[in-house]
Amino acid sequence: MAILTVSGSPHVQSKDTTRSIMWTVVIALIPALLVGIYYFGFRVLGVTLVSVASCLLFEWLIQKFLLKGKQTISDGSAVITGILLAFNLPSNIPFPLVVLGALVAIGIGKMTFGGLGKNPFNPALVGRVFLFLSFPTYVAISEWPKPQPLFSSAVADALTGPTPLLMMKNGQMPEMFDMFLGATGGSFGEVSAIAILLGGIIMLFRKVITWHIPVAYLGTAGIFSLILWSAGITVNPVYHLLAGGMMLGAVFMATDMVTSPVTRKGQLIFGAGCGLLTIIFRCFGPMPEGASFAILIMNAVTPLINKYCKPKRFGY
Amino acid sequence: MNTFRLGGVHPEENKLASKSNIEKLPLPDKAVVFVSQHLGAPSVPVVQKGDKVKVGQLLAKAEAFICANTHSPYSGTITKIDLATDFNGYKKPAFYIDVEGDEWEEGIDTSDSIVREITLDSKQIVERIKDRGVVGLGGAAFPTHVKYMIPQDKKAEYLIINAVECEPYLTSDNRVLLEKAEEVLIGIEVMKRALGVACALIGIENNKPEAISHMSELAKNYKGTKVVALKTKYPQGAEKQLIYALTGREVPSGKLPIEVGCVVNNVGTALAIYYAVQKNMPLIDNILTFTGKSVKRNRNLQVRVGTPLQYIIDYCGGLPEDTGKLVNGGPMMGKAIVDLNAPTVKTTSSILVISQKESMRKEETNCLRCGKCVSACPMGLEPILLFNLAKQDRWEEAEKECAMDCIECGCCLFSCPAGKPLLDLIRVAKNKIGVIRRLRSQR
Repeated sequence: MAILTVSGSPHVQSKDTTRSIMWTVVIALIPALLVGIYYFGFRVLGVTLVSVASCLLFEWLIQKFLLKGKQTISDGSAVITGILLAFNLPSNIPFPLVVLGALVAIGIGKMTFGGLGKNPFNPALVGRVFLFLSFPTYVAISEWPKPQPLFSSAVADALTGPTPLLMMKNGQMPEMFDMFLGATGGSFGEVSAIAILLGGIIMLFRKVITWHIPVAYLGTAGIFSLILWSAGITVNPVYHLLAGGMMLGAVFMATDMVTSPVTRKGQLIFGAGCGLLTIIFRCFGPMPEGASFAILIMNAVTPLINKYCKPKRFGY
Repeated sequence: MNTFRLGGVHPEENKLASKSNIEKLPLPDKAVVFVSQHLGAPSVPVVQKGDKVKVGQLLAKAEAFICANTHSPYSGTITKIDLATDFNGYKKPAFYIDVEGDEWEEGIDTSDSIVREITLDSKQIVERIKDRGVVGLGGAAFPTHVKYMIPQDKKAEYLIINAVECEPYLTSDNRVLLEKAEEVLIGIEVMKRALGVACALIGIENNKPEAISHMSELAKNYKGTKVVALKTKYPQGAEKQLIYALTGREVPSGKLPIEVGCVVNNVGTALAIYYAVQKNMPLIDNILTFTGKSVKRNRNLQVRVGTPLQYIIDYCGGLPEDTGKLVNGGPMMGKAIVDLNAPTVKTTSSILVISQKESMRKEETNCLRCGKCVSACPMGLEPILLFNLAKQDRWEEAEKECAMDCIECGCCLFSCPAGKPLLDLIRVAKNKIGVIRRLRSQR
């Protein structure tokens, strides 16, 4: 008989692995990708593939030549970063910018710190904010591609138009139902609330995320914008929840386990902070969007939250 | 449905032997009985090499307070008293016995008839429990009579019977509940009298519906004894978690159950107490589950203490081809077996056969800070924090983060997707903190 293994208990482990978690997130992102393709055409797929491929390539190169560690690209996390980065971009963005964004996301946002699990900031957001601040003419534009549903014969009167957030900033009102479905101008992965929520449900069901961060995020944003709305400062809170990066941020970005707090209590505080900051940036800042910055700032606060939000100990 | 509040996990149940009746294992020719089989001071041998012994005869005597008697499970000759290796690889003094026949000592009732009438009073019961060498069969092997000597300033309100069997694979408690229900209930009456409590709660997880209905039906005849079905969740059978699930009381950190008016005993212990008090039988055998996914016939065996493991394996037709690990106990808290010739002890609850494939840990990756270990911890600790502190030798900080409250249930390591050896390092931390505390108290 073979030699018996001897090790400490427990002798069974759950089926969850880093890999299974990451690939579940990738699956959860597919509905939003499909809606993006439907409204903005096959270039969406091109942008996403370029983004994912560059993320994988840069991670592989950095691991091979700089960190000289074990290759990690098959764990799926670089694929997530690639998809999320693409989701934050307009469908007509030039491909070289996508590659540059991926380099910053993976190179600076992730591998600088030692790879998956060690990065303090959400890598996709790092890449996005870099593009947003450096190339506003392409990424922070006022005229975004308008949705052109596949297979529809109706000819739109214009190819580009303002995003709902920009319309709100200018006192216009987009169609609420369009925003729910995703038939509005904007970053192609952000527009459809329903597709993002579907992805969220997949992740909740597979226990990749818990409800705490999304609910705290959207709840706080909703209540805070309701207060500002009743004071006449901003528009109907429902628009705020459906517009821009709020939904994608609350479901996919803020819930990134690596960069959010560990305890439930901490997650509630984290989500509430994201919601509050997003609305402040949107209503009082110079730019229409605020979700990316809000989440990045809360990422920075996460170690502090972890330090002070201890779980309730048994027997104390 | 009742359960504990914080954390917990639900591993695959795999109760493969739950339908197999308890069968008696034939006696081996040669047996090895450890002198001490309990937690506490060592017992002192009272027989010598060459002595003839009978079943139930005292072999080693408890001389200290926290100590237990050891009786002979066999009739035969003591061939030597020497060191033997236990399941975990430790060498301990043991009686080597050549088994001859099965001749019992006088005064032990070996019949199957059930003795219902309780004639002893509280003090006599505790004395008998001590005399018959009963230890806690939940795994800790703590001398049972000590639990029944309640400190002057404390009062017991509840007797809690742990029939949860939350560990996957194990089925011996379940079989006892089904086949020896009445003996268990009489044992509980004895325990209630010894403690002077009116109320006994039997906690059973709802993955054993037959045991719950059978016990509930019979318990109607015993006033003050109640069966409580609990939601299946590991580690419900941990003392503090079970007390919380049944009474809503939280045992303070570092304290014993009596602090909240509870005395907890395993169902196996209740059965042992029945035999000890009602039939004058010492604790010389136990029921163990021989189980595993690739084991041809999963079964529950009644085994005399001191039976060599190899003898049990041979009786069960050998080990499967793909055996990678043997575990004494359940897969969550059981200990890996080091020596196949080691003999069973009073608390041996199972021989779990794990395949080569399942005996390997999952691949270790960077921590994802997912917090699964934190939400799984039934004690409200942060396993990943303790793990990191232990890695950096920061023992005193680990102590402040309540490392000593860890009950080593393994939920953290079980749930970690990154395959971090969380509990392994927390055990190291507990060990180091124990040393630090001892040094501190000497100062």
